[in-house]
Amino acid sequence: MSSISTDEVARVAALARIALTEEEIERFSHELAVVADAVAAVSEVATPDIPATSHPIPLTNVMREDEVVPCLDPAEFLAQAPASEDGKFLVPQILGEEA
Amino acid sequence: MTALLQKTALELADMLAAGELTSVELTRATLDRIERLNPTINAFLHVDAESALETAREVDEKRARGEKVGRLAGIPIAIKDNLVMRGVPTTCGSMMLDGWLPPYDATVVTKVREAGMPIVGKTNMDEFAMGSSTEHSAFGPTRNPWDTERIPGGSGGGSAAAVAAFMVPLALGSDTGGSIRQPGSVTGTVGAKPTYGAVSRYGLIAMASSLDQVGPVARTVADAAALQEVIGGHDPLDSTSLDAPVPAFEDIVRRVGSDLSGLKVGIVEQMSTDGFEPGVRAEFDAAVRRLEEAGAEIVSVSCASFDYALAAYYLIMPAEVSSNMARFDGMRFGLRVEPEDGPLTAERVMAESRGKGFGAEVKRRIILGTHVLSAGHYDAYYASAQKVRTLVQRDLDAAFAKVDVLVTPTSPTTAFKFGEKVGDPMAMYLNDLATIPANLAGIPGISIPCGLSEGLPVGFQVLAPAHRDDLMYEVAAAVEASAGDIPGSCPAKDWKDN
Repeated sequence: MSSISTDEVARVAALARIALTEEEIERFSHELAVVADAVAAVSEVATPDIPATSHPIPLTNVMREDEVVPCLDPAEFLAQAPASEDGKFLVPQILGEEA
Repeated sequence: MTALLQKTALELADMLAAGELTSVELTRATLDRIERLNPTINAFLHVDAESALETAREVDEKRARGEKVGRLAGIPIAIKDNLVMRGVPTTCGSMMLDGWLPPYDATVVTKVREAGMPIVGKTNMDEFAMGSSTEHSAFGPTRNPWDTERIPGGSGGGSAAAVAAFMVPLALGSDTGGSIRQPGSVTGTVGAKPTYGAVSRYGLIAMASSLDQVGPVARTVADAAALQEVIGGHDPLDSTSLDAPVPAFEDIVRRVGSDLSGLKVGIVEQMSTDGFEPGVRAEFDAAVRRLEEAGAEIVSVSCASFDYALAAYYLIMPAEVSSNMARFDGMRFGLRVEPEDGPLTAERVMAESRGKGFGAEVKRRIILGTHVLSAGHYDAYYASAQKVRTLVQRDLDAAFAKVDVLVTPTSPTTAFKFGEKVGDPMAMYLNDLATIPANLAGIPGISIPCGLSEGLPVGFQVLAPAHRDDLMYEVAAAVEASAGDIPGSCPAKDWKDN
């Protein structure tokens, strides 16, 4: 990974759902290439015999009793939403986006 | 500045307990100083005078009635703006959350409230805790009280500057790659990253969940230790919270004497080479010599994996960032921006909101993270980085089998000037070189001021094995005591009013 093309930045930006300007795509392509070069060294030391560690402490599943407890006030939550209607979040069209 | 605000949190706590001072007087003095200095320093994004004074009044009344209150009851505190507080603006330094009022309190906020500590406000930070200079805040940079042309470190520059400028005796920060310790280093304050899980992360707006840790910002080791006693402990709301009792850190610090014989201190070879400013190196070496004079045995240890830790961090962190930032989608809370033309679909609204709401550094890390996690790159980068994490843990285990603690300079440089590194991501990332291994391995680390280089503070880092925060505080207190009256070693002694 010696460079990250503008096409790759644009592809990844689409995956990440971030609208970037042409200027941003151009700039990130240069800046990320520098970072990518710097981090490429890790694959040299990460030999197959080394197990991967995803977390600093061993994770265990934490369970609790299935009890009904008071929850956050929906009205308070919805008051912070960009838009709401009839006690629900109001969002743009999701289905049939091609229409 | 009144002499009052130069006192440490524990000195003030003693005065409150003895009835020589009321929390209302102290909180007023704090608020007055914030009002006077904040226009210059920009350490606070939000000040909540009314609520702080109300808490202060309640604590004073409890004391007057003879009710038992906590050790730090009545001591004002500032909270980094990535910790949620019900009904109080919480922005993470981002336009994405401008105007958002969280519907609940972070566990550490609940603990601070229960301890009777007046919360005076929310402190400035790099956007979503991404940065090493607080230049990436959407609400303008925080200035370093030692020199306002210079950065206060990041991402917790606001908390560090607030404490360094005597606006508040204590603050909370969060440390993902060094964001408590590096600002501590460049502002001459004490910043501690506890063992991963020792302090709850519930209500901390996540940046990189396997690395993030909430911790104390203070002017002395004893103050930081006392604050960790307040905020530490098991939290059923955080599945990664450690289920272990909180040691009496303040008592441990108090018992530290001048004789360090029997203590083995490891110097990491990989942190002894280039990359550290000569002035930083000189102050660090002088502090090590003082430990040796106090009887500690200095041992050189090798942690070969540290050479790869920064690179591994800059794969793991953005990967987790890209995942955590997905929640900012413009649908349920925060900013929503609709595209000016074309169909109004969820996907386009999401992309537009994130494009407008996030600043350059956040976008850069999301793009890098999405790239390293995408098909064809995952094994070479993310999985390899996780293996380096194993190597770092093994190296630390081997080192701690030989020595009690490891020490390094906290930051390779003193505070640099604004704009110096903002256009060069790698130069900025190198700032976290010495702090990152602790986050990868989950071990505790603390930065203590150890002297001045060309008039600017230099930080000394102590790393201890996981779950040995007590040992970290003990050795840090010894380093602090050995520094004595060296300028910058304890800013409370040296601060000139301005």
